[in-house]
Amino acid sequence: MSEHAANGHAANGHATKGHATHGHPESMPTYLGMPPFPEAAATALGNAQLRRNLAHATSTIRAKRAAAVAELADWQQLRAAGKAIKDHTLAHLDTYLTRLEERVTDAGGHVHWAQDAAEANSIVTSLVRAAGADSVVKVKSMTTQETGLNEALAAEHITALETDLAELIVQLGHDRPSHILVPAIHRNRAEIRDIFLAEMADVPSGLTDAPAELAAAARAHLRRAFLSARVGISGANFAIAETGGLVVVESEGNGRMCLTLPETLISVVGIEKVLPSWRDLEVFLALLPRSSTAERMNPYTSMWTGLHPGDGPSAFHLVLLDNERTSALADTIGRQALRCIRCSACLNVCPVYERVGGHAYGSPYPGPIGAIITPQLRGVTSPIDASLPYASTLCGACYEVCPVAINIPEALVHLRAEVVDAKRSTAFQPERIVMGATSWILRSGRRLGLAQRAASASRVLIGRSGRIRRLPPPLSGWTKTRDAPAPPPESFRAWWARTHGGAQ
Amino acid sequence: MRIALFITCLTDTLFPETGKAITALLERLGHEVVFPPGQACCGQMHFNSGYRPETVPMVRGFARAFSGFDAIVTPSASCAAMVREYHPVVAAESGDPGLARTVGEIAPRVYDLSGLLVDVLGVVDVGAYFPCRVAYHPSCHSLRMLRVGDAPVRLLRAVRGLELVDLPGAEECCGFGGTFALKNAGTSAAMCADKVAAVRGTGAQVLCSADNSCLMHIGGALTRQRAGITVRHLAEILASTP
Repeated sequence: MSEHAANGHAANGHATKGHATHGHPESMPTYLGMPPFPEAAATALGNAQLRRNLAHATSTIRAKRAAAVAELADWQQLRAAGKAIKDHTLAHLDTYLTRLEERVTDAGGHVHWAQDAAEANSIVTSLVRAAGADSVVKVKSMTTQETGLNEALAAEHITALETDLAELIVQLGHDRPSHILVPAIHRNRAEIRDIFLAEMADVPSGLTDAPAELAAAARAHLRRAFLSARVGISGANFAIAETGGLVVVESEGNGRMCLTLPETLISVVGIEKVLPSWRDLEVFLALLPRSSTAERMNPYTSMWTGLHPGDGPSAFHLVLLDNERTSALADTIGRQALRCIRCSACLNVCPVYERVGGHAYGSPYPGPIGAIITPQLRGVTSPIDASLPYASTLCGACYEVCPVAINIPEALVHLRAEVVDAKRSTAFQPERIVMGATSWILRSGRRLGLAQRAASASRVLIGRSGRIRRLPPPLSGWTKTRDAPAPPPESFRAWWARTHGGAQ
Repeated sequence: MRIALFITCLTDTLFPETGKAITALLERLGHEVVFPPGQACCGQMHFNSGYRPETVPMVRGFARAFSGFDAIVTPSASCAAMVREYHPVVAAESGDPGLARTVGEIAPRVYDLSGLLVDVLGVVDVGAYFPCRVAYHPSCHSLRMLRVGDAPVRLLRAVRGLELVDLPGAEECCGFGGTFALKNAGTSAAMCADKVAAVRGTGAQVLCSADNSCLMHIGGALTRQRAGITVRHLAEILASTP
């Protein structure tokens, strides 16, 4: 078969460069032109319904996850094992991807290599066309959200139907996903009812917002599509190099319908999803459900290896996607993001995500993990991408819950340096001037002492109440809602010099 | 023990009472406190904002001021974590093996106050008296970077007259985050509002923490709201005597 676009068998995992030049702006084509994070966050912060939906959903799942994880005495060892398996695989990615390709091919599948989103979409479009279909059913897939596959198919007059309930809600609502696991987390059931009534062609009349009724309406709507679809499209949570097997982990069973009923199955999978052996799944099938849905075991775990005559699809295509993953892999700090198994635990504990939701991140990958994945896939040149590494207080809650121990705060500060360095050639950067000046003062005790004396003298101007109620921009962002402390008459340093003689 | 005090630029400039309290407390416990005057800032703001080359001279200044001490105490868990975790990174990036060596010696000797007292000096009851209802906010970096555990709470429980109340959602960030409070002021304010509501709900008179940055943030909102709750650094409570 001539499916090898063969744009390099992925990665050289032994690159040692600290900073890679990351990303390409078009690696997520449907998200071009999003506003910077603080601007989008401001809109979200003002949406009372959204705030309530998010606070309720994230606090519920957060407590459940903590309880599910606490049941396992060896959670930290599992976490270390997950990290070690992923790191080993990423360091030998070329070996395992080649093996995966051989095994999938041996089992009757076809493997295609896609360097970027456009190539992946074009491969899928041709395959759908070749199957003689003008519509497809889809398993929930982050990778195809990343490539903007639905939009690319629509441009070729192919209808893609999302079959995951939450993705269906998002699709019918002409909306975007706001959470990795629960794409419609920003909607409550009253809003979902309204969307179904307005957009679902075969919606039952008199539909209420009772969850069972909403689920029944979606089930009836989807069942017709499952039975008539000729092509199914999925991603994969894991791809096993040893056997050529793929794994999809889901909660509804809709995924399994898509994986088994259509004649043609196309799976679009990021190259970082490969695992060396079947046995490695043991670790990840323990880590993933407890981290994502707080379940001890996942409800629907579908596994398939190539083709089996008379059972399931008669054609299987695996599209392996790079889309800037190899440039992330070349970055010694940034590459840890490639360990991500898309569990969403970091979103659910993030105090920033809880308050602004997923849309503000301008990417299918929101929350803390999105803030380190997106800038690596898209680069840091656009306003949204340059703002993402700063969309965190570095509180570390994400790192603590990550089942593969991705040090997200470390990666965030690493990417912040990349953002700053990318702007260094720009002549006038007020922040750089402030940082340069404060670095000059704050590297010397003597200079800091002089600055403190000036600050104390300014008390005459700014009042002696001890509190400052208003400061000029950019400090006005602080004093809008918080008082700032006024400098005291004497710094600690000056007090020490006066009382202890200033000598060591 | 001879202990060097790393006061931090923020506490030095804006909250001198905390430094006086640490000095008084450690002297009361029979230790010698030394203030190396060459010290200024650990460089956390610059490092965390992405200004890596600008951080190098600050790390160098820190290393010059603090080399040769057995123990260094600081009123900021956040700054202690910066020195312990990231000074070695900055020193390595600087390409100066001498700096890397000095930093490697200093970094493990930097403690926040609770860690120094409980883990190094082995003292929990410091003989303090503070007759108030107190809520404790465990700062993110004390919890998740420095991992001081329950050391601050154990110290507070041993204070005579002090009634320690539970703070709901205590481990959630207050929204300060350094320049985050300016770059993402709206989100920061939303986080702070929830923290302040939790603090007010406890009925505490005093909010205590081991980081003046968090206290500056939460305290700034408390005074703006005329909440009638004051903020006190852990050192100031531990230094109080009858």
